[in-house]
Amino acid sequence: MSVNKEFVKFDKVDKSYDGKVLVVKDLQLDIAEGEFITMLGPSGSGKTTCLMMLAGFETPTNGEIYLDGNAISSIPPHKRGIGMVFQNYALFPHMTVYENLAFPLRVRKIPKDEADKKIDKALSMVSLQGFAQRMPGQLSGGQQQRVAVARSLVFDPQLVLMDEPLGALDKNLRESMQYEIKHIHESIGVTVVYVTHDQSEALTMSNRIAVFNDGKVQQLSSPDELYEKPVNSFVAEFIGENNTFAGEVSDISDGKCKVKLASADILANPISVKGKGERTTVSLRPERALINPSDKMDNIHKGKIEEVIYHGDHTRVRINLLGNSEFILKVPNSSSNLDIKLGNEIKIGWNSEDARALDPK
Amino acid sequence: MSSETKQILTTDGIPLEVSLKKAEKKNKIKAFLLVAPLLLFIIITYVFPIGDMLMRSVDDKMVTEMLPKTFKSMEKWDGQDLPPEEVFEAFYFDFQKLIEEEREGKLSTQLNYTKNGFKSIIKKLRRKSKSFEEGNYKEQIMSVHRRWADVEYWRAIKRRAPAYTYQKYLKGIDMYENEKGQIINVPEDRRVHRILWMRTLEIAFFVTVFCFLMAYPIAHLLATLPMKYSNLLMICVLLPFWTSLLVRTASWMILLQQQGIVNDFFVMIGLVSDDNRLEMMFNKTGSYVAMTQILLPFMVLPLYSVMKTISPSLMRAGKSLGGTPFVAFWKVYFPLTIPGIGAGCLLVFILAIGYYITPALVGGASGTLISNQIAFHMKSTLDWSFASAMGLMLLSGVLVIYWLYNKLVGIDNIKLG
Repeated sequence: MSVNKEFVKFDKVDKSYDGKVLVVKDLQLDIAEGEFITMLGPSGSGKTTCLMMLAGFETPTNGEIYLDGNAISSIPPHKRGIGMVFQNYALFPHMTVYENLAFPLRVRKIPKDEADKKIDKALSMVSLQGFAQRMPGQLSGGQQQRVAVARSLVFDPQLVLMDEPLGALDKNLRESMQYEIKHIHESIGVTVVYVTHDQSEALTMSNRIAVFNDGKVQQLSSPDELYEKPVNSFVAEFIGENNTFAGEVSDISDGKCKVKLASADILANPISVKGKGERTTVSLRPERALINPSDKMDNIHKGKIEEVIYHGDHTRVRINLLGNSEFILKVPNSSSNLDIKLGNEIKIGWNSEDARALDPK
Repeated sequence: MSSETKQILTTDGIPLEVSLKKAEKKNKIKAFLLVAPLLLFIIITYVFPIGDMLMRSVDDKMVTEMLPKTFKSMEKWDGQDLPPEEVFEAFYFDFQKLIEEEREGKLSTQLNYTKNGFKSIIKKLRRKSKSFEEGNYKEQIMSVHRRWADVEYWRAIKRRAPAYTYQKYLKGIDMYENEKGQIINVPEDRRVHRILWMRTLEIAFFVTVFCFLMAYPIAHLLATLPMKYSNLLMICVLLPFWTSLLVRTASWMILLQQQGIVNDFFVMIGLVSDDNRLEMMFNKTGSYVAMTQILLPFMVLPLYSVMKTISPSLMRAGKSLGGTPFVAFWKVYFPLTIPGIGAGCLLVFILAIGYYITPALVGGASGTLISNQIAFHMKSTLDWSFASAMGLMLLSGVLVIYWLYNKLVGIDNIKLG
C-alpha cells in the first residue's frame, strides 16, 4: 500500500489581504495521506489563513493548492468535500444534533436509511449515542465539540480541518478531547490538518507539526524532533522552555563550537552557525542541565540559586549563571538534591551536544 | 430521621419559613411601589381612554333618556300591532317635555338615523300637539300624519330603547339591523367601509412585503460589512427617522406628482410620452411608495439586530459540509433570521394598518385607509361613537393578528433588538 505523500500540497502559496502585507509567504508544504499535521504558531502568524485557503474561504494571491493531485483554488468550498471543525463549533442552533449531522448527508442526497446508519456510527464514535434529538443549546461545551467533530466526519471526507477546536474548553476537558480526537484519527485514518496556538496540544496529537511565524513555516517535523532539535531560535523559544546565552563564535571544530560569552566560554553544537565571529544564541532545554554533574560533561559552570519554586513532582530553580539570571533548572524531587537552598552556589553541567548554537535573536 | 423534618428556627425563635416569607413580602411591596407609577401611567393614558372609547362606541343613552316614560310603557307591548293608548300617552308627555327643553330636534335627528322619515313627522307633531286635547292621545297623534299610524315607525322607536347598542359596529362593516331585527348588508352601491377595510389590509400587507424584500438585503449588508462602512449605512437607514414625517411625505409629493421629477425623468428617457404622464400620486401607488419608504427602518432594525448575532462561521460550516451557497442560506441562515422577520413584519404591518398622515396626503381617493375614515368621523361628522367603534375594530384586528402570529410563530420568538 503506497501512501500518497503529497495528498495536500501547498505550492509557493502567497496570501495578502490588502495588497501590501503578505500574511503567508511562499508557503511550500506537503501533507501525506492519513497524517495528523498541526499548524502551530502565535496569532497572526498565518496559520488560520492557510487553513481557510485550504477550505476554500480564502483564495491564494499567488501559487496553487493541490488536493490529491488536483488544483483546487478555483473550486468553491462546497465542492471540495473537506470536513471542517470550527473554533466556536458552528453547530446549527435551530437543528437537533441529528439534523446537524444529517445536513451534509442530505445535500449529498444520501438515502435516509443509509444516512441514519452513518449518523449512528458518527455519534457512537464520539460517544454521544442517545443525544440525537437534543438541540445544540442543551449540550455542554464538550458535547457540542464532539457533535462538531462527528458532523465533520459523518460524510466520510478524506480530509478534515480543525480550527482551534478546543480553544473554548476548560483544561481537563481539553486534554481528554485531545486524546479522543487523536484516537478517532487513528481509528479511521482520515487526514487531519489541525490549527492551534497551544504547543502542548500540538505535541500531544500530531504526527508532524508545522511551526508558523511571520507567514512562514519555521520548522516542519515530528513533535520530538521539534522539541529536541529546534532549527532556529524562534522554534526553540516557542516550543517548551528554553535557556539562552547570547555570544559570539570563537572557534568551530569537530562538530563543536566555542561560544564566547561576556564572562566565560561555553561549548555548543553548531546548528546554524558557519564560521568564526558570528553572533549566535545558544539554546539549552532546562532538563538537559544537571546539578552536581559528573566530570564527563564538557560544560561545567558555577551559579548562584536566586529562586526556588516548589512544583510537587519537581522543583524549578532559577539560577544566575554566566550572566544569565533567568537560567531555569528542573530538579526532580528526590532526596539527593537537598542542598538546593536559596543563595547556595552550585555546580551545573551539560553536554555541548544539547546546547544548540542557533541564529542570533 | 426526625431531625430532617424538624422546623428550622431563627435565633429569635420564629420558624425560618415564616420569617423568610415576611422578608419576601416586604420586597414584593417595594417592587410593586417601584412599578406603581408606570402602572398608573398606563391606566391613565391607555386603559382609561380605550375603556372610554369602548363605552362611547356602544353608548346609546341619548334617546333612552329623552323618552323615559315611552320606553317604560313599551315594555309590555309585543310589537305586533300598533301600541296601546298608554304608550301614545307616555310619548306625548315625553315629547312635551322635550319641546319645553327645545330638544325635540335632536330626537328627530336620532330617530331619523334609525328610520328615514321621522324628521318631517316630528316637526308636524310639534306644530299640531299644541292644540291636542286631553285624553285619547292615540287617535290624536295618529291623525297628525299617516306614518304615526304605521307600526314600523313605533318599532323603530322601540329599537332605540336599550341604553347600549352595537349598531355602530354593524355600520362599520356596512351592515345594519332592519325593522325585524335581522342583520343585513347595506345595498351594494352604499358600501364604503368594507372597501376601506379591505384596502387597508391589502396596502398594509403589500407594504409589509415590499419592506421585507427591500430590508432583508440591507440588513444583511449592515450585519456583514466592516464597522466603518456599516456605521455609515446605518446612518443612511436612520436618517429618515430624524426627518419629520410630513417633510418626507411632502418630498414624495414633489417626486411623484405628474409634473414631478420621476415623471420628468421617464419622459426624458422616453419611457412615457409627455402628454401621457403617469399618475403615481393621489392613488394607491402613492400610498405604497411613501409608506414603504417611511416604514422601511422598522423592518431593517429588527432584522439587523438578529442578523448581527448570527455567526458568519455558520454559513461557512454550511458550505464546507457541502451545501451550495443557496442551500447554506436557505437551510442555515434564513431560519435563524425568522425571529427578526417576525418582529419586523408584525411591527410594519401593525403600523401600516393604522397609518394616517401619509395616505391622507398622497393617497387621494383610492389610496386612503380606514384611519382616514376614522379621522373624518372625528373631525367632520362629529360621530364620535362611530369613530370609536371603528377604532376599536382596528384595535381588535391588530390583536387578532398578534394572536395569529403567536399561534404560528410564537411571540417569545420575537426579537426587537
